[in-house]
Amino acid sequence: MTSPPLFELLLRLGDDRLVLGHRNSEWCGHGPILEEDIALTNVSLDLIGQAQLFLDLAGAVEGKGRDADALAYWRDETGFRNLQLVELPPGDFAFTMLRQFLFSAWSHGYLAGLTEAENEDLAGIAAKAAKENRYHLRHAAEWVIRLGDGTEESHGRVEAALAELWPWTAEFFHVDRVDEALAKSCHLPSVETQRADFEKIVNEVFGRARLTAPEGPGRMAGGRRGRHTEHLGHMLAEMQIVARSHPGATW
Amino acid sequence: MNRTSEAIVSALARNAEEARVLEALREIKDPEVPVIDIVELGIVRGVTLEGEKATVRLTPTYSGCPALSVMERQITETLSRHGWREVAVKKVFSPAWTTDWMSEEAREKLRVYGIAPPGKAETQELVPLGPPPRAVPCPFCGSSNTSRESEFGATACKSIHVCHSCRQPFEHFKAI
Repeated sequence: MTSPPLFELLLRLGDDRLVLGHRNSEWCGHGPILEEDIALTNVSLDLIGQAQLFLDLAGAVEGKGRDADALAYWRDETGFRNLQLVELPPGDFAFTMLRQFLFSAWSHGYLAGLTEAENEDLAGIAAKAAKENRYHLRHAAEWVIRLGDGTEESHGRVEAALAELWPWTAEFFHVDRVDEALAKSCHLPSVETQRADFEKIVNEVFGRARLTAPEGPGRMAGGRRGRHTEHLGHMLAEMQIVARSHPGATW
Repeated sequence: MNRTSEAIVSALARNAEEARVLEALREIKDPEVPVIDIVELGIVRGVTLEGEKATVRLTPTYSGCPALSVMERQITETLSRHGWREVAVKKVFSPAWTTDWMSEEAREKLRVYGIAPPGKAETQELVPLGPPPRAVPCPFCGSSNTSRESEFGATACKSIHVCHSCRQPFEHFKAI
């Protein structure tokens, strides 16, 4: 892997949001109530919008003429740099909301650091994303609390989702040469700071939701190096089919 | 205190010609909220004029707002009509847009249109179910006896509320 660190970081930021946005958008027309259907599609729109901005900037940094569409539709699975957590299928409503909560809780501190990056475009895009992330986090946290502190059925579902999702969160805190190379210029928070910020939010919400984070080791992770679960390829097949069947189509 | 639309134009314009271009841009309305123009919305960050070329600097409202590409097209069409041979739109991301940049008149136009205007952008608690967020006054009857139904509405920039005094549901342009 020899591509420049800033390009890699922008792919990570873009791909996390593109894949999670796509997964959340699978709820469109299937939300449990109309307001929630609208909320989830709004969150998806924000995430995919953020992805477009990060990926356009990635293309500009790379300097080979690729834009967000080229990067989204014409890279294969191994070219994607998203966390494995975000590529898992949406599961039930508790799973979707808990995943959004965990991702937004981690993003909160991470994006705050990026708003002070030396690259002005990156800092500005991160500042906008941070504002949007705040209300995503608020919305998802509200659901985690309601479900966790709700009925036996809802508690059981969010608890099962937590048992499945928690081991994937270990990947948030893997640091590699990209993070190390950019720590200063992009103002990336240290792993200790990221973990402390994440745990502060999670502990407060879990306390009120009557949930306990499971013990045990994290999953194997490799999303940042292009290693993915079986699920990403299926999702990309659906996401990319139209663009690849009709290259260059406009409407 | 919010600025007037005129104050926005005079703060952006470095000379009379730029002021004329900014006035021309005021013909362009937000496609989602067709009563307010893009200058009073606060997303135009300035113009640069060189010979027959006009460059407009624009800041996105929300990352995924589909209205932005429509507005970019309208900027090109409008300035071409005003005689600019070449028109470019340059996106400026930093600092990020806030509803605090919306003019005083734009807020009043929103209210008359039936959308409660944004209050001052301030940071709400991250973890919810605490004290309810500030009640948004009803754009129809002015009552503060309202509640929020959903933080998400028909577009990214609006939330859904209901007025308990006049029993009208209404939209609110979120403060961000």
